[in-house]
Amino acid sequence: MSRPATARRAEGFLARNRKSGGQLLRQSLRRRVASLLRALMLFGLCFLILQPILDKISVSFMMEKDLYDTTIIVIPRNLTLENYQLTAQLLNLNTSMRNTALIALVSALLQIIACTLAGYGFARFDFPLKRLWFVCVILVIIIPPQTISSSLYLHFRYFDVLGIFTRLTGGPINLKGSPLPHLALSATAMGLKNGLYIFMIRQYFRSVPQSLEEAAYVDGASTFGTFVKVMLPQAVPILVSCFLFAFVWQWTDVFYTRLFLPTANTMYLSIRLSGLAESLRTYVSTRLGITSPPVGYIMQIISTGVLIVIAPLLAIYLFAQRYFIESISSTGLKD
Amino acid sequence: MSSPRKPGRSMRSRRALSGYLFIAPFLFGFLFFMVRPMAQSVIMSFQNVGLSAQSGVTHTPVGWANYLYAFTVDPEFNQMLVDEVVRMVTHSLATMVLAFMVALLLNQRFRGRGLARAIFFLPVILSSGVLVGIETDNSLIIGMKELITQSSNINISAALLGLLRTSGLGQPALEVVNNLMAAVYDIVMASGIQIVVFLSGLQTIPRSMYEAAEMEGSSPWESFWMVTFPIISPLLIVNMIYTIIDFFMKTDNLIMEKIHEEMFINLKYGYSSALSWIYFLVAILMVGISSLIIRQGVKRYE
Repeated sequence: MSRPATARRAEGFLARNRKSGGQLLRQSLRRRVASLLRALMLFGLCFLILQPILDKISVSFMMEKDLYDTTIIVIPRNLTLENYQLTAQLLNLNTSMRNTALIALVSALLQIIACTLAGYGFARFDFPLKRLWFVCVILVIIIPPQTISSSLYLHFRYFDVLGIFTRLTGGPINLKGSPLPHLALSATAMGLKNGLYIFMIRQYFRSVPQSLEEAAYVDGASTFGTFVKVMLPQAVPILVSCFLFAFVWQWTDVFYTRLFLPTANTMYLSIRLSGLAESLRTYVSTRLGITSPPVGYIMQIISTGVLIVIAPLLAIYLFAQRYFIESISSTGLKD
Repeated sequence: MSSPRKPGRSMRSRRALSGYLFIAPFLFGFLFFMVRPMAQSVIMSFQNVGLSAQSGVTHTPVGWANYLYAFTVDPEFNQMLVDEVVRMVTHSLATMVLAFMVALLLNQRFRGRGLARAIFFLPVILSSGVLVGIETDNSLIIGMKELITQSSNINISAALLGLLRTSGLGQPALEVVNNLMAAVYDIVMASGIQIVVFLSGLQTIPRSMYEAAEMEGSSPWESFWMVTFPIISPLLIVNMIYTIIDFFMKTDNLIMEKIHEEMFINLKYGYSSALSWIYFLVAILMVGISSLIIRQGVKRYE
């Protein structure tokens, strides 16, 4: 922008300001200050959220001696990838990443199928006791799974259906080490936060105009056919959102993972991560003969571990941010 | 309608049947993996449950003993419960205020708004499961917290602590500042969903309503209370309930940890069931009370 132009504009502004009796200047000043304050506040809060992550990134590339050097802040002097190598080894990265990805993918898929069916059923059909069952969905949302975890655990630990297995094998079978209980829960919409997905999907289906289905019915499509061919394509955004939520939350979940999946050699990222300090200690004491690694070092390895675990999630969030946010904002409103 | 209609079976009952088929997986899961374990855990809370190699699980009925034990003998449970409830009240009030404020800010037009919204929502993805309190949760670390703040530059708040300590402020003031910072952090991390819900509510308010209010001569402050707040207030209930449930379900709260410990380390299945039922009833009570209060408040506005 050329100088005369700005000068002319300033002149114009002053002239208008005189005309309004100082009102204009005051107003624009007030607006400037407000937007400055807003920027400061938002920056502060966003920094608060991001700071732990940034901090972990900086620490994870440092060598251990950098931690104790008070002249080093944020930017490491001795860059190294050793932390990543060691942490990957301690996490058993290849196996646990594969297992976690597999279980998260499969269970998220099963959960979404079950939740979509239920959500559609609640949105579009009238049947006896519908209100009661919907209250049950709400119950599923608000009952912490921890409340029933002990009996659920025992249920699958000594699994038996009507005494059949006791007859066949002479005792109840232990399903604890297998992924079966977990998959059974997922396929019946009883996994992590599944009540919420049912609710969200139902809200979405209710907003789709009924005329679409009626047209399909008139054309002679069956109920299920209409659901698959007409309604599912309509609901792709909400299904993607729910799937992503299910995947992401399953990825970091310790509750169900610890309850059912194999505990002997737990090759899941969440479990490995929560036991990371312990495995670091064993590693250090067997390799180096020191009984306990310094606390700073433990924190450094944990930070690296957290970064490794959240890296895929961050990547997903970066590309699919829209799905996460919009699904929430569209369900909060309608009720 | 591809199949020919059978006599005596109306359209209505066929729709009802299909409805049941659609919710069948959920129903099955609910009855077998929710109602059954729930009933069982109610029964277990009145029993002593033991595990033995030969006979599997043994149940010995003990009446109200587990509940009595929790309230009268257990040295820490009462205190924990009170602490948790107090924390819940302050935490959820603060969350609502903060979420509403941030939503108001994000509802204005400025550059980088999408980015800010994405950052505020980030904790929903990242503070779940193991990632909650991985640093503070660690049994190894817990006794050595002070050492960390002295010996490394891992924590930025540690630097601030040092600054405050040397600046001549007393210990209490220091503690207040530190607690406040930790609390603000916790609240920001827990308010991602609430912010988005409020924001979407704010975006439904047509601009013309504010213009009309301005024409009538109301100040921004007045139009906030007369226009914005009444429209948003139904969302208060949704958000409040969500916040409370979220708070109670977090795995890093003291009682959840205690329940887990009683179950998996002390193997007291009966006692841990009793504890979780007490906890659940308290949670439900809190949800009920707060939604009642808010509903009263909202009614006044309408």
